[in-house]
Amino acid sequence: MEIAEKAFRSAEGVPLVAIRDLSFEVPAGEFACLLGPSGCGKTTTLRILLGLDNDFTGSFQLPGAEKNRTAVVFQEPILLPWRTVEQNVRLVLPRGERDRDLEWLFEILGLTAVRSLYPSELSLGLARRAALARAFATEPATLFLDEPFVSLDRQTAQRLRHLLLRVWSARPTTALMVTHDVQEALMLSDRIIVLSARPAHVRGTFLIRLPREKRNPQIMSDLQRSFRERFPDLL
Amino acid sequence: MSLARGEHGELARAARSFPRKLLRSQAVIVAVSLLGLCILWQLAATAWPSRALPSPPAVWEALLREAASGDLAFHLSMTLGRVAAAFVLAMAIGSVVGVLLGMNRKADRFFDSWVVLFINIPALVVIVLAYIWFGLNEIAAIGAVAVNKIPNVIVTMREGARALDPRYGELATVFRLGPIDRLRHVLLPQLQPYLAAASRSGIALIWKIVLVVELLGRPNGVGFQIHLYFQLFDVAAILAYTLTFVAVMLLVELLLVQPFERHSTRWRGKPA
Repeated sequence: MEIAEKAFRSAEGVPLVAIRDLSFEVPAGEFACLLGPSGCGKTTTLRILLGLDNDFTGSFQLPGAEKNRTAVVFQEPILLPWRTVEQNVRLVLPRGERDRDLEWLFEILGLTAVRSLYPSELSLGLARRAALARAFATEPATLFLDEPFVSLDRQTAQRLRHLLLRVWSARPTTALMVTHDVQEALMLSDRIIVLSARPAHVRGTFLIRLPREKRNPQIMSDLQRSFRERFPDLL
Repeated sequence: MSLARGEHGELARAARSFPRKLLRSQAVIVAVSLLGLCILWQLAATAWPSRALPSPPAVWEALLREAASGDLAFHLSMTLGRVAAAFVLAMAIGSVVGVLLGMNRKADRFFDSWVVLFINIPALVVIVLAYIWFGLNEIAAIGAVAVNKIPNVIVTMREGARALDPRYGELATVFRLGPIDRLRHVLLPQLQPYLAAASRSGIALIWKIVLVVELLGRPNGVGFQIHLYFQLFDVAAILAYTLTFVAVMLLVELLLVQPFERHSTRWRGKPA
């Protein structure tokens, strides 16, 4: 129960090998980042872990066998356009829990005012928040995030990162986020798993044992420096 | 802030009343144009007095006569019942088969020629064969109408299934939506425009074929009555039945199909 092991090896597509001998593990309750150059197979890895891609050789194990719930935030928000924000969030809850109190979640994410709007009436930032709300509403045992803050302006992205940390600290789960943004990884995670270029395999793991609230700009630049020492070509 | 809201409210009100105004003027145009058709008809009937072209008042009289005797209501309801049964049958079978073919490329490649074949079989042939094989009964009649419509539904729904967004399916997989939720909240809303298109063209096609089915082998219904008055050479009664049935089908469209469509597309946002 303490240690959730996630390991899988070698997914071989016919034309090209996207991932070879990739294995890593994330202890339960940790926030981990998969970091690597673009096109290296991060998203592919995530799709395999999500069970969306079964055409691979290897194995993996997700934590929390008894209530094995996973949630995801995709690169795009992917809200159902015919359901309001709140209906979108509630749809993913198990049938008996559809009218559970989600006030706290909408409150933290600043969605209270827009919960009855349709996705087409939202900005991208708000839609992303709604996607976060949907992921956290299920109280997942594992949370997957696939570059959830791309194509947002810096400010909005930064605000959303803070929001993500707030919800995550309110209901911590094991989380795995795919990103190519080193800053983002350093700010959010306990563990950064650095992937190589394709075919992807693990180059190394960078652990951050400092609590997130202590990561002020000074410490962030220290972290950055030590990260650069280990992976000089990534910054 | 309050000023802005006031302005916004007025704008919204103006935007709402705009289509209503448009609608009202459109209704006036429709009424005037129909009236014009009636006048033209009356003129033609006066210029060429014949049993073959009764005047509008004569048709109206025939209509009242049939309505008073109860025949009109009876035959109309028989026909409507057949239309409804054939419609439900065709939509159900056609949608399921169409969606399956749209999702499975191999099956589609195999059955595509069947669909093309069935789409091109004349309605009359299907009806005659159905009566020969299954006898002059209700099941053969409704089945023949449905078989005529099913290929059209298949073609439309196949397009709908091909246009499904795989991302919504993946979302449903990851969040483990049950099959009912998946169908109701993920699949059907995506297919809705195609369902609407299939049912609209379906109703129009089906009621016309139902009349042929009734004419050829049923003891009641609007088609049977038209056949009867054809033999009696009573054109006024034929027109009375036809116009009543067209009116009923228009009402179905206005009161059932359109409100349903408005309801299921409310999320699309009002047109500017």
